[in-house]
Amino acid sequence: MSWLETLRTAGAAIRAHRLRSLLTMLGIVIGISSVVLTVGLGLGAQDQVRSQINALGSNLLIVSPGSSTGSTGVRGGFGSAASLTQADADAIADKSVAPDVARVAPATSTSTSLTNGTTNWTTKIVGTTTTWEKVRKRTLSSGRFFTADELSTGANVVVLGSDTASELFSRGNPVGQTVTADGTALTVIGVLAESGASSDDSNEDDVAVVPITTAQRLSGSTSNALASVYVEATSSDTLSAAYQEVNAALLTAHDVTSSSADFSIATQDALLSTANSTNKTMTILLAGIAAISLLVGGIGVMNIMLVSVTERIREIGLRKALGATPGAIRRQFLLEASLLGVAGGAIGAAIGVVGAMVLPSFINQPVSVSAPAIAAALGVALGLGVGFGVYPASRAARLTPIDALRNE
Amino acid sequence: MSADVVSRTVGTRTIIELDGVRKTYATGTIAVEALRGIDATITEGEYVAIIGPSGSGKSTLMHILGCLDVPTEGRYELAGRDVSDLEETELAHIRNAEIGFVFQQFNLLPDLTALRNVALPLVYAGVGPHEREQRARRALERVGLADRADHRPGELSGGQQQRVAVARALVTEPAMILADEPTGNLDSVSSADVLALFRELHDSGRTIVLITHENDVAAQADRVLRIHDGELAS
Repeated sequence: MSWLETLRTAGAAIRAHRLRSLLTMLGIVIGISSVVLTVGLGLGAQDQVRSQINALGSNLLIVSPGSSTGSTGVRGGFGSAASLTQADADAIADKSVAPDVARVAPATSTSTSLTNGTTNWTTKIVGTTTTWEKVRKRTLSSGRFFTADELSTGANVVVLGSDTASELFSRGNPVGQTVTADGTALTVIGVLAESGASSDDSNEDDVAVVPITTAQRLSGSTSNALASVYVEATSSDTLSAAYQEVNAALLTAHDVTSSSADFSIATQDALLSTANSTNKTMTILLAGIAAISLLVGGIGVMNIMLVSVTERIREIGLRKALGATPGAIRRQFLLEASLLGVAGGAIGAAIGVVGAMVLPSFINQPVSVSAPAIAAALGVALGLGVGFGVYPASRAARLTPIDALRNE
Repeated sequence: MSADVVSRTVGTRTIIELDGVRKTYATGTIAVEALRGIDATITEGEYVAIIGPSGSGKSTLMHILGCLDVPTEGRYELAGRDVSDLEETELAHIRNAEIGFVFQQFNLLPDLTALRNVALPLVYAGVGPHEREQRARRALERVGLADRADHRPGELSGGQQQRVAVARALVTEPAMILADEPTGNLDSVSSADVLALFRELHDSGRTIVLITHENDVAAQADRVLRIHDGELAS
């Protein structure tokens, strides 16, 4: 009996019991569709994180003050040291020291309450230089960024993040209006366009940017410590060279070795890999659950195939009496199980793809469908059908024709 | 075809040769001897009935004749070939080529049309779809059911279903037709109908072995073998 003939027989048997075949496939349908969806969710989240991190500014290095070690040998927490200063920023900006650095934006950061009449809103005041706008790849939705003159004179001007602006000025254009910070009136000269990059702990759209000189006067601090220095490399290819140069410059300036470095430099890659590894854990977890449902689906196929063998014991007996060899019977049942697996896999993949298209409008989370994941899922479905079909098929093949025919 | 017809009319070829066939079933520690040494010869073109009450070993003999089982002891030659010790796969090929079964329960597959049911043995013989359909159609014509080819068994009467089963037994041109209580599930009219068909087939040279417990059915055959307690009594 040829494979084509066997395939036709198996297909006819599946069609003859439509409802049962559908229920048998259900486990595999659910398993495959959830695999396609979870993998899609994981990939979608990775894409999202990547675009968010890219939105922070490409070719970006972020230098942060490191941990401080007191005279008693007690090591402070990350970022606790006042070890990063304007002098460091100037050193990095020196083309002869760091030729692959394009721009440098030093930044201070304090949390302050801004008031507009009776409305007040606590936000992050960032004191920086004119290069910040370029280094952070930010654009303005209205107004302008502060100028070099305003920076050198410490003018009372502020550029608001889009969220901050809408919190303080529910109506009208805030540009030209005044907000008060610690009793100092600041003129709003611009509003930043939405960055789209936000996480729970840092909303890049809830910020008030002022000249660094103004920020130092506002806080009344004489310290010239910086919260961070944003460094833009000349291109993404020179990012690692820039990293080396900045690192070397700061080690020399602070007179420390790399093991006792009092600063740290984060790259987008580092941020990306941290975010991705978190995502990967989630994806693996979800895919694990999906794999278990696939296993359950496979056992379902085996269960129904065993029932089918028992139910069709007379048919098997008759086929054997008419000349079907044990091999032919085994192939018939194996192929039937495989067909159920593949059909279930195909339906599951279709549901997964449709779900991937529909889901983003409900959960505000991108889902990307990956062709290799679908191909793998179909392969797994076929494997499940074959794997869990082997036992029922060999049971059917082993039946003796007399016992099978005698059964009534 | 003509040579075939000639050899059938001569009727000297031995189809079945049983020599000291014994069958013992072991159930736990108790061994039951279902057949205690059967010797029999059936030649081509014969119409033989095997009759016996239930428990006489008649079913066991039918299973061995039909190559559904092998004897514990003794020799069984079917169409000149010793089939006493064959493997399951070889027995399947012998059943396919040499034996046409007709069962009490008809045993037609309910999801297939009459034509596809008749063609089923040819599927396992490896015959192509086109030739299969032609041969199955001819076999249905032979039993007078050409116009029912596309009906499913559920749409046919009991007598018609048994005729389809006979057509299925004929389609491979086997050495013998082995009918196990073929009228057991039929009313008297259909029974007479099916027995008339067997008579007709016999007249055209077919070898028929009919197993029954009814004397009037056995009386239709040319020769009757009586089995009792696992032995033939002539």
